[in-house]
Order: sequence, then C-alpha cells, then structure tokens
Amino acid sequence: MDTFPKLLLENARRLGDRSAIREKEYGIWQTWTWKQVADEIRALACGLAARGFKRGDKLGIIGGNRPRLYWSMAAAQSLGGIPVPTYQDAAADEIQYVLDHAEVRFVLAEDQEQVDKILEAQDRLPSLSQIFYDEERGMRNYEHDHLTDFARVQAEGREYDEQHPGFFEEQVARGKGSDVAIFLYTSGTTGTPKGVVLTHDNVLITARNGIEFDNLTQNEEVLAYLPMAWVGDHIFSYAQSYVSGFCVSCPESAATVMEDLREIGPTYFFAPPPIFENLLTTVMIRMEDAAGLKQSLFKFFMNVARRAGPAILSGESVSLGDKLLYALGELLVYGPLKNTLGMSRIRLAYTAGEAIGPDIFDFYRSLGINIKQLYGQTEASVNITLQPDGEVYPDTVGKPAPGVEIRITDSGEVMYRSPGVFECYFKNDESTRQTKTEDGWVHTGDAGFFDDRGHLKIIDRAKDVGKLNDGSLFAPKYIENKLKFFPHIKEAVVYGDQRDFCAAFINIDLEAVGSWAERNDVSYASYQDLAARSEVYALIEDSVRKVNSELAEDPRMAASQVRRFLVLHKVLDADDGELTRTRKVRRGFVAEKYGVLVDALYGGKKNCYVETEVTFEDGRKGAISGDLEIRDVEIAPVEYKKAS
Amino acid sequence: METRSDPNEQILQVSNIGLSFGGVRAIENVSFDIHRGEVRAIIGPNGAGKSSMLNVINGFYHPQEGEITYKGETRKQMRPHIAAANGISRTFQNIALFKGMSTLDNIMTGRNTKMRKNLLLQALHIGPAKREEIEHREFVENIIDFLEIQAIRKTHVGRLPYGMQKRVELGRALAAEPELLLLDEPMAGMNLEEKEDMCRFVLDVNEQFGTTIALIEHDMGVVMDISDRVVVLDYGKKIADGTPDEVRSNQAVIDAYLGVARDA
Repeated sequence: MDTFPKLLLENARRLGDRSAIREKEYGIWQTWTWKQVADEIRALACGLAARGFKRGDKLGIIGGNRPRLYWSMAAAQSLGGIPVPTYQDAAADEIQYVLDHAEVRFVLAEDQEQVDKILEAQDRLPSLSQIFYDEERGMRNYEHDHLTDFARVQAEGREYDEQHPGFFEEQVARGKGSDVAIFLYTSGTTGTPKGVVLTHDNVLITARNGIEFDNLTQNEEVLAYLPMAWVGDHIFSYAQSYVSGFCVSCPESAATVMEDLREIGPTYFFAPPPIFENLLTTVMIRMEDAAGLKQSLFKFFMNVARRAGPAILSGESVSLGDKLLYALGELLVYGPLKNTLGMSRIRLAYTAGEAIGPDIFDFYRSLGINIKQLYGQTEASVNITLQPDGEVYPDTVGKPAPGVEIRITDSGEVMYRSPGVFECYFKNDESTRQTKTEDGWVHTGDAGFFDDRGHLKIIDRAKDVGKLNDGSLFAPKYIENKLKFFPHIKEAVVYGDQRDFCAAFINIDLEAVGSWAERNDVSYASYQDLAARSEVYALIEDSVRKVNSELAEDPRMAASQVRRFLVLHKVLDADDGELTRTRKVRRGFVAEKYGVLVDALYGGKKNCYVETEVTFEDGRKGAISGDLEIRDVEIAPVEYKKAS
Repeated sequence: METRSDPNEQILQVSNIGLSFGGVRAIENVSFDIHRGEVRAIIGPNGAGKSSMLNVINGFYHPQEGEITYKGETRKQMRPHIAAANGISRTFQNIALFKGMSTLDNIMTGRNTKMRKNLLLQALHIGPAKREEIEHREFVENIIDFLEIQAIRKTHVGRLPYGMQKRVELGRALAAEPELLLLDEPMAGMNLEEKEDMCRFVLDVNEQFGTTIALIEHDMGVVMDISDRVVVLDYGKKIADGTPDEVRSNQAVIDAYLGVARDA
C-alpha cells in the first residue's frame, strides 16, 4: 500500500463498517464508515474527472476541519492530483499567493466566506478554472459559471462512474509511492511562503514509523481541530488515520472544540503549548473560585500528584503510601478533572512547535496524562525527534524518531536525514539548494545539542546563537524561555553576543503581577508604576536568580547567567514594531530602540532615564518616560554542579 | 443585496391607525403596507411611536382608530395569540428571554405554537409526544446551526453577552416559522462586528426562508443598507415612506433627525 487512495480501498475492504470519520452537526455526531468514506471519495474523484481534473492537477482546499475537505484530498490523490490545503484564516492576498504559486486549477472552499476570498483574488489567479463549495448557505445569489456545489460534483461523479466502469480503480492503480502526495506551504516567518513538496512515501513512511513507535491502533480516537494546511494535522488526522484505521472526529465549529473534546474523549491528542497553558489557567482560575473544602482537597492532592505522578507515569517505583494517596487522588480529584478537560482517555498526547513550560508539562504528567514532546518540521513530514515512553523530560525534545539520522554541525546547527525528507520547495530551486544537501541532509536552522542521555535539546535559531567575549556559547532564546516560564514575566530580551556577560530586559505580566500586587497589598497607579516598584524588582530578581542556578547546572550554559536586568516601563508591542505579528521579539530592533538602556546595562549604571514613543490602539502617538532602576543579580557558582 | 420582495402581494396593511394612552397621543392616523418577502424598516427619533406601532401589529396594544389587514383578513384590533398562531413573531427591544434556561430550551419555547400533542403526553414524554419533540428538536438544531450558536447551545442565556442574547431571541422568533417577523431594534447596543453579523442573519433569514421582515432600527447606516422600503415616523405621525434613497433625501426626514431652526 504505497499511496493513500490504495490504503483507502484497502481500509474499505478490511475495516468496512468501522467508523472512519465523524462530524458533529445539528448537535449530533454523524459518522461515516470506511466503506461510506470510500464511496464519497470515489464519487468526488469521478466528478472531478468529469470536470476535467487531470493527473498532476492541483486542488486548492480552503476551510476548517470538515469531512468533505479531508475527502477531497484523497479524491485528488486518486486521480494522481495534488491537494494544496491553505490556512483558512489567511487573508485573500495570502491565499492568492499560494493558489497562484501552486498553479491551482480547482479549488474546494468550505463556505461563502472562503468563496468570497477567492473571488476577490480571482483576477490574479490565471490558472484557476473552477470553484467548488461545501456549504450551500448564502450561495443562492452567486451567479457564477465556475461555482459548483460539492454535492452536485459528486452526483455528476456517480453518473460518470457508471458510464466509465473501472475508471476509478485504474486511476488509483496508476499511483506510486514516489508520486507527489501534497504541497504544504510553510507559514514563512521570513519572506514569502514556500511550498514543501511531499511524496506518498514521505508521508506514509513517517506516519507508519510514528504508529509503530507509539503503538497506535485502529481503536484510537482523534479530534481534528488544527489547521489542515499544517503538517501536524496532515499526519495525525489524515495519514495516521489511513494507515492504522482509527476514527477522526471533526468539531462542530471552532468555538465548540473544548466541548467536542469532552464528548469525544480522544486517546491520541496533539496541541501546541499555548493550548495546554490556557487549559491549565482556566482550571486554576476556576479552582480559586471553588469552595474552601474543594480548594484544600485540590491543593493536597495536587501536591501528591506532583511528588508521585510523573514517576508513576514513567513506571518508576514510588513509596506505598504515595501510591495509595495517588489512587485516592485519582478518585477524588484527578479523574474528575481529566474528565472536565476531555482528557480521561488520553493514552498519548504530543506537544511541539515551541518550548513548553516545565510547570505546565509536569502538571499534565502528574495527573497521569502521558504528554510528550516532539520536534519536527514540515520538511521532515513532521517527526525528527520523539520522546520515548519512560524517557520524558521537560527540557528535551527526545531521541531521533525511527528512521531519522541527526548530526550537529560545527556551528551547532541541527541537521537530519530521513525517509520523510521533502522532495523540494515547489518552483524554488534556490531555497531547496540552501536547505537540502545533495545527499539528503536538511538544515533545520535550529541550534541544539545532545545531552548525556542522548536526548536532543533545541536552544535557539542558529542565526541568533552567538558568543560571549570569553568564547562561551550564547543562546538568547534558551535563556529567555527559562525566564518566561515564570508567570510574572511576560517577555524577556537577553543580550550577550560579543559582550562580557548576559543582561536582560524584562516585561512583567500585568495580569499575574497585578493579582500578586493585590494579594500582597502593593498599590500602584499604572503599568509603569507597577513595573518600577521595588517589590516587583525583588520578585523578578528572585526569578532571575533561579534561572541562573538552572543555567549553572549546565556547563555549556553556565557562562550565560544573567548578571544585570531592568524591568521595562512599557509592554513590548507589535504596534511599536518591537514584536512581530506572531508575537516574537525583534531583538535587534529592541536593542537599537532602547540603545540607552543597553548601554546603561553594560555601563555599570544604577539607573537610567528613558523616553519612548508609543502608539496607542487607535493609532495616536504619545510618549512615556521614566527613570529605570538597573539591578545586579547574584551568579550561581558553577562548582555547584561539579560537587553534586 | 436583493431580497425576495413581491410588490404585488401585501402581507400586512395598517390603515389610519390612531393610538392614545389617556391624554397622550402615541400614533396618529398612520397608514402603510408591507409586501410579502420584503425587509421593511420603521425609523424615527425617540418617542416617535415605532415600538408602539409594532405592538399594534402583533396585538399588544389596541388602537382606538383604524384597521389592520393581515393576510387578507381585516380587523379593528389584533390579538397576540391570533398573531402568533398566524405566523407573526417578534423580538423585543429589551430582551425578553428566560434567563435561567439554556439557549436550546429558549428556542424550543418558540416551537410552542407548533406542538400538537396534549400536555399529559408531553409531560410523560411518551409515544407520539416523544417523536414530536425529536422533530421539533431537529428544527431547533437547524436554527442553531443557521445562527452559528452551537457553542452556547447548553449555556444559560443569563450568562451570555448582550449581543448573543439578541441572537438567541432571534432564534426563538424563527422557531415559530414566522411569515412576518417583527424585530424591535435588533442591533441596539451592539458593537460594529455584532451589528454586521446581525445584518447578515437578517438578510439570510429573508433570503433563505423568504420571511417578511419589519424592523425598527436607530442605526441609519444599517437601515439604509438592508431595507427595501422605509417608513419614517415623528411624533406619532408618518412623515415619509419610500425606498432608502427617497427617504434619505426627504426634507421632512432631515429636519426630524437633525432638528430644524425655529423662528424666535
């Protein structure tokens, strides 16, 4: 079975009446079996063929996670075509770029909103010939020859299928594993999006390796709620479902995901760190409003969980007392809590994309939820490293995934080679050459190293990694992330490249520090006022000191301890150009804008006056100024680690 | 946007309506009609008699003068239960939902006039009553899908933000499968985004179900965008009637809205 359409036909034979996909509509979960899914896809594929879809044609797909959109992928693949999913929340211009670049001839749009975007960009889409839509609503008044309802395409397909017996089977049989399966456009933090070309072999082999690695079966339950254009969703909700035969559920709407999660109770779940973070925050806020008895029960048993939970999950031995307490806690607290979160049945959860805070990570693991980290890229068909069961640490991304070779270059960059490695970037030979070597090694652009346990640690983007004046490694993001894991710190900017030591700008988190101030009777008039309070400085200093002692434990990082810091008088903001729109700090820009402060940090001053222009939400400009304190922080002794 | 207006068929006509509360004259000799399938707006400054007019149409208020002709039947006064049974539903300026009930249950109450089985069967939830409830639930789920309120299906409406409550109220009115839908300031107190959503729903209701809509609205931009014809009231009297363009350029309307300089 070397292509998805072949797998589909096999599943229809082998799993026939087992559930393949579900969608909640009109308040009820509607289910399609593998046999039904195969029929739907067959009808659609024949309909596309009747409308002139040829081998090698591209089908653009725009919309949320809907069964019909997933089916259209397999339908295009059945005909030797290539699905090109795009991000549903992208603006018309971005969608236009992708559809045009991919030379899309046919597009399936979810609804009126998406159709409107395509029509808006239509003049700049010379290769586009037909648009199909899934949801009929609001489409009545569209008088357009190239617009067709999904159901109608299928109806035409059923007719075509009758008139051309054997056509579909013949088309499917012509597919090979080395054929292109999909284009996935990377969101592209720098420059225009790049179309990553993946073959059936790339995706299928990676999916199979993942399934074997984690023993996934046809009994898994998965909720498909992340963008279809993202490689993670493609592997988890499409590829692995086809390979192992498990059922995928599509939420009723984007707003109902949490409720749908509870109803489905997935066994295999993927979420980026912010989702786990938000869920935890919701739980904590609701616990603070709970009655006294409940609160103390929660606190007591969460302490037990923190002590014993991760060890129990990793199969290590714990004392009998803790075992009993943990079992009681499962009954009284963890079980009901997991049920509320929709995580009662989770066997395996993955998080990836960015670093996850160790507290958050441990919270879920202590409840008995097997959350693990992976490191991946679209160019690798996702998996590069995975954490094996029993070897899960919050600060690493795990060991090389099955079939993946990894090497670290002299400059510290992580490179990999695997069966999942992409063919090329579509129509972009230059980028392909820059990223992929002749013998198949791929530059990740990330700097990292293997620790003593053989686990990969990612520390920063390779281009951001520098050196302190004494020659030791400086990875700003690694330190910033450690700082940001403290709830009081919203943003941190660390300097140190070609300097004698590391120093940091800190942004406090108004919500967290504000509520801390309320509880500790620290009064303040404004953000700036709060940020300058000496109590707040003490709070931050404490966090910085903790980060320093963590850094001291790692010989590679010990020199990067933060010696001086200041708390900024304003929030770093995308409107002021200090953050990107995806909320990443633009370190260089900030260093330039606050050059006075950087000089003060390294000039040994105790305080510094600064005046800053700010842009208000309505676009007006104003200035804020203040005298900022600069504080020195103790350095943790490096001998500490050697002694232990 | 094109609506499904049919100028040849009047669904409703009010003629020479006069309404007083004691000595206060709320409506004075007002006549207009509503075509089947159109979006008809009633506008005017505060206290012009707009809400009173809607209350006259669905029988909350009983005018002392004039006649109401609804679907060819002429009455001196409408009665609320007759209006409801004959396909008139409405929403209220001050939301009138059951705050302690869920969105789903609130919309279900809109099906009340369509329920045929007797109270006992319904209370016991057996046999035909059960089947009937399933049918009604299906209808209500269609409305929930239409208004995109799946996420609040089971939320108590008292906990919902104002804009959402307005949407639920529209849902309840739709549950009665109205031929004529009266909306009393459906967009009051909403932010721009909520207003745009509501506009789309009003137009979609009109387009999808062919429902005739009479609405009161303060936001002139909204009114001019979505209505086929507009009636303007001021101090209880009709001062203009026509297409949005006609009304916009009418001097009496401009005076009523902007005020007029009086000689000292």
